[in-house]
Amino acid sequence: MSQTFGNLEIGDLTGSPARNRRERIVSTTFRITAYVSLLVSILIVLSLVFEAWTFIDGIEIGWLWGDQWAPPFNEYDLKTPLVGSLIVTGIAMLVAIPIGLASAIYLSEYANPTVRKWLKPLLEILAGIPSVVLGFFALRWVTPNIVQNLNADAPGFTLAAAGIGVGILTVPLIASVSEDALAAVPSSLREASAGLGAKRVTTTIRITIPAAISGLVAAFIIGVSRAIGETMVVFLAAGGGGNQAQFTASAFESGTVVTAAMAATTAPSDRLSEGVALQSLYFLGLLLFVITLLLNLIADRFVRKVRMVY
Amino acid sequence: MTIETETEDTDNVNIFEVSDVNVYYGDFRAIRDVSIDIEANEITAFIGPSGCGKTTMLRSFNRMNDLIPTARVTGELKYRGVSLYDKRVDPVEVRRRIGMVFQKPNPFPKSVYDNVAYGPRIAGNVSKGAEMDDLVESSLRKAALWDEVKDRLKSSALGMSGGQQQRLCIARAIATNPDVVLMDEPCSALDPIATGRIEELMAQLKDEYSIVIVTHNMQQAARVSDKTAFFSVEVSEESDLRTGILVEFGSTDLMFSNPTDERTENYVTGRFG
Amino acid sequence: MALSTLNSGAEYAKEKVAADLQGKSFDFAGAVFRLSLLTGLAFGILILGAVMWDVLGDGTGFLFDRGWDFITGNAKSRSDEYGIFEGLRGTFWIGVFVVVFSFPIGIGAAIYLEEYAPDNRVTRFIELNIRNLAGVPSVVYGVLGLAIFVRALDGFYPNSLDKHLGSTTAAAGATLAILVLPIVIITSAEAIRAVPQALREGGFGVGATKWEVIRHHVLPYAAPGIFTGTLLSLARALGEAAPLILVGGVLGSLGPKSSLFELEQLGERFTAMPLMITQLAKKPAFVGDWNSATAAAILVLLVVVIFANLVAILLRNHFEKKRSN
Ligand SMILES: Nc1ncnc2c1ncn2[C@@H]1O[C@H](COP(=O)(O)OP(=O)(O)O)[C@@H](O)[C@H]1O
Ligand SMILES: [Mg+2]
Repeated sequence: MSQTFGNLEIGDLTGSPARNRRERIVSTTFRITAYVSLLVSILIVLSLVFEAWTFIDGIEIGWLWGDQWAPPFNEYDLKTPLVGSLIVTGIAMLVAIPIGLASAIYLSEYANPTVRKWLKPLLEILAGIPSVVLGFFALRWVTPNIVQNLNADAPGFTLAAAGIGVGILTVPLIASVSEDALAAVPSSLREASAGLGAKRVTTTIRITIPAAISGLVAAFIIGVSRAIGETMVVFLAAGGGGNQAQFTASAFESGTVVTAAMAATTAPSDRLSEGVALQSLYFLGLLLFVITLLLNLIADRFVRKVRMVY
Repeated sequence: MTIETETEDTDNVNIFEVSDVNVYYGDFRAIRDVSIDIEANEITAFIGPSGCGKTTMLRSFNRMNDLIPTARVTGELKYRGVSLYDKRVDPVEVRRRIGMVFQKPNPFPKSVYDNVAYGPRIAGNVSKGAEMDDLVESSLRKAALWDEVKDRLKSSALGMSGGQQQRLCIARAIATNPDVVLMDEPCSALDPIATGRIEELMAQLKDEYSIVIVTHNMQQAARVSDKTAFFSVEVSEESDLRTGILVEFGSTDLMFSNPTDERTENYVTGRFG
Repeated sequence: MALSTLNSGAEYAKEKVAADLQGKSFDFAGAVFRLSLLTGLAFGILILGAVMWDVLGDGTGFLFDRGWDFITGNAKSRSDEYGIFEGLRGTFWIGVFVVVFSFPIGIGAAIYLEEYAPDNRVTRFIELNIRNLAGVPSVVYGVLGLAIFVRALDGFYPNSLDKHLGSTTAAAGATLAILVLPIVIITSAEAIRAVPQALREGGFGVGATKWEVIRHHVLPYAAPGIFTGTLLSLARALGEAAPLILVGGVLGSLGPKSSLFELEQLGERFTAMPLMITQLAKKPAFVGDWNSATAAAILVLLVVVIFANLVAILLRNHFEKKRSN
C-alpha cells in the first residue's frame, strides 16, 4: 500500500522541472508588477524635475515675485498660490481637526457597538464623496450660508469657502487615522486607570490620548497633506478668474492655491498648449510633490512609532 | 508480539540521519549539535520542556522551516540517504513524501471531501472521480473518521469538533500516501477522549508510515512510541540565551524505566519541567 | 474630639462611596467632554446631511422631469436639453481601465510583497514608496498623465493642426489607473496579511507549491478583503476630476455621439462625469436651471460612487462578522 522506499537518489527529490519553471514564471511576474510602482515614482519625479527645470530656465527670476499668478501674462508670483494654500489648509484644519478628533474619540472611547456599527459607515461614505461634489457644495451652499454670513462683503468665490469645503473633505481621513491610533492603545492601560478609580474622561484625556499621541499627530499631518493636495474644491469655490489670480492674504477674497493654479493652466477655456506658461504647472507640481512627500514621510515616522510601541 | 518486533528490527532502515544539526532563527541558535537516527516504521517521540526546540527540529525534517525567513539549518540532515538541505532538493517534493500534522487543527475552509482530496489532486497522481472517492474514503477510514463524516462529506470542515478536525488533518496528510508523518503535539488542543482516539490511530498507522511525534505529555510518549528523544534547554551562563539540546535518545521502555541521564530522570519522574 | 473627627471622616467616606456607587455625584467635566465630542460628531453627520439634502432636493426633481433623456442626451447649451451621456461614457471607460490595469497589477504587487518578497532593504523601499505614492495629490498624477501620455502621443503628429491629440480616453483611463494603483496594492496587501499562517502551512504541509498555496488558499481567503479594497479604489477613480483636467478632458460637448462600447473612442477626446459637473458648476447659477442640472448630474455620480462604497463596506462588515465567529 504505502510507497516503498529504500534509499533515495538526489534525483528523487529535485522536483519536476516543469513545475519549478512554472513557479519561477509566476514569481517573476508578480515581482514585475511590484516594480511597476517604482517605475511610476521614477516617471513622476523625472517628468516633474525635467519640465520644472525647463520652466526655471525659460523665465527671469523676477517674474516669480509680483502681485498675481497669471501664466498667460508671464506673471508667476509664487506667494499668491503658496499663501492661498496656507490659508485654505489652515481653515480646513480648523474645521477638520476638532470634528475628526471628536468623532474618533467618541467612536473609540464612548460609543457602544451598535452606535459604532452605524456611525463608522456614515463617516466612510463621507470619505467616498467625490471632491467635485464638495466643491459644488462649497460654492453653492457654504458661500451664501456661512461665508457671506460671516462677512457680508465676501464675493461669490472665496478662499474661506474653499477652506471649509476642503476641511469637510478631510474630516473622515483624520477621524479614521485618529481612531486607528486610539484603538492601538492597549485596553489594559485603560483598565488600569479605571481600576484606580479614574473617570472615563480622566482616563481618556490623561491616559489614552497621551498614549496615542504619535498616531494623532500623524493623523493631523496626513490631514494637512491631503488638504494641500486637494484641487477641485478650490478650483470651483475659490477662484472666479480662470488662469489669473490676484495676490491676497485675506480668506474673504477670491484667490488660488497651488493645485487649483495647476488645473487652471490646462482647463479648456483658456488652455495653454505650450511654452513656459504651460511649464509653470510642472514647477508648481514639483513644489506640491516635495511638500506632500515630506509631510507623508514625517507622518510615516509617527505611525511607525505607534507600531513599535505596541 | 515479540517475534513481530524482532522481524521489524532485522530490516531496520534509517529514514532520517541527523548529524550535528544546528537551527538558527537569525542570530539566535534554537537547537545545537543534534545527532540522531530515526528508524522507519516506528513511532519516535520528541519530549522535553517547552521552548527546547522540539518543533524546530521536527519542522526541519520536511523543510517547513523554509517558510520562516530567518530560519537557517546547518549540519547534515539526511532523508533516506539524500541530504535534505542540498541546493538541488525541492522542498515541495520533500513535503509530498513527508507529511505533517500541526499542533492546532488547521483544516482548509473547504468541504471534508476537498480537504482530503486536496493533496492527491495537486500531486496529480489521482484524477478520476471514482478513484478519488475511494482514496478519500480509505484515508478517512485510516484516520478513524469515516463513520462520523460519511454522510456529510460535502459540508464544511470548519463545522466539526476539534478532535474530528485533527483526525481530518491526519486523513489529509496520509491521503498523499507519504513515507513519513510528522506530528507536532497533535493532541494538545484536544480533550482526553479525542486524544485517546488519536493515540489508537497512531498505533495503527505505524505499519504503513514512519511517525515522528512531538509531545510534552510524557504518558503519551510512553504509551505510543517505540523510541523517545529527550530534548532540554541549556541556559548559557554569560548571555542568558536558551539553546535546545538533545540529552538522550533510546528505546522508550528504557528511557522511562532506566534513564541514563540524570536530567532525563528528573524530567520523566516529573521533578522538573 | 479626635475620636469624633475620625468618626465623621469615616462617615463621610462611607457616604461618598455610596454616592459614587449609585452614580449620584454628577461628573461635570465628564459630561462637558462627552457633549463636546458629540457636538463634533454631530457636525460631521450634519454636514453629510446638508450635502445630501442640498443635492437631493434640487437634483431629484430635475432628474424626474427630464427622465431618461438626461441620462442618454448629449451636453447641450440649454439646461432643459442638457444630457450627461458623454460623461457617463467616459466614466465607464475609466472604470474599464482601472479594472483591466490597476486590479491585476495591484493585486499582483500585493501578492509579491506579502508572499514572495524577502524582508530586505529593497522590499522596504518599495513598500515605503507605495505608501508615499498613495499620498501624492491626485493633480500630480494628472501632471504625469500630461507629460507621459498626452505629450508622447502629441509627438506622433507633430504637424497636425489639431492640438492635444494625446488627450484621449485611453490617456485618461491610464492616468487614473496609475492613480489608484497604490490604493489597490495597499488594501490587497492588508487583506493578504490577514490570512492565517496556519492555512498556508496546511497547504505547504501536503506538498503544495507556493503558487498553489496562494491560488488555492491565500487568495480565496483574502478575496472579500481584496474585493472591498478594489471596489473602494474604483469608486475613487470614478470621482476624480483634477487629473482629468490636466490630461486635457473636454469641459463640454464632444460633438458627434458615439455609442457606449465603441472602441474607437479610446483614441478620441474625452470627458467624464466629474468634468461635466465641474463645467456645470461653473455656469452662472442664475441663468436657466443650471443649478438643478448640476445637482442632478451629481446625483447620478453619487448613486454610482456611494453604491460602490456601500457594497464594499457592507461586504467587509459581513465577512468580518463571519470570520470572528
Ligand atoms: N519563528 C521563530 N523566530 C524566532 N524564534 C523562534 C521561532 N520559532 C521558535 N523560536 C524560538 O526557538 C526556540 C525553540 O522553539 P520551539 O521549537 O517552538 O520549541 P518547542 O516546540 O520545544 O516548545 C524557542 O526559544 C522559541 O522562542
Ligand atoms: Mg512546539
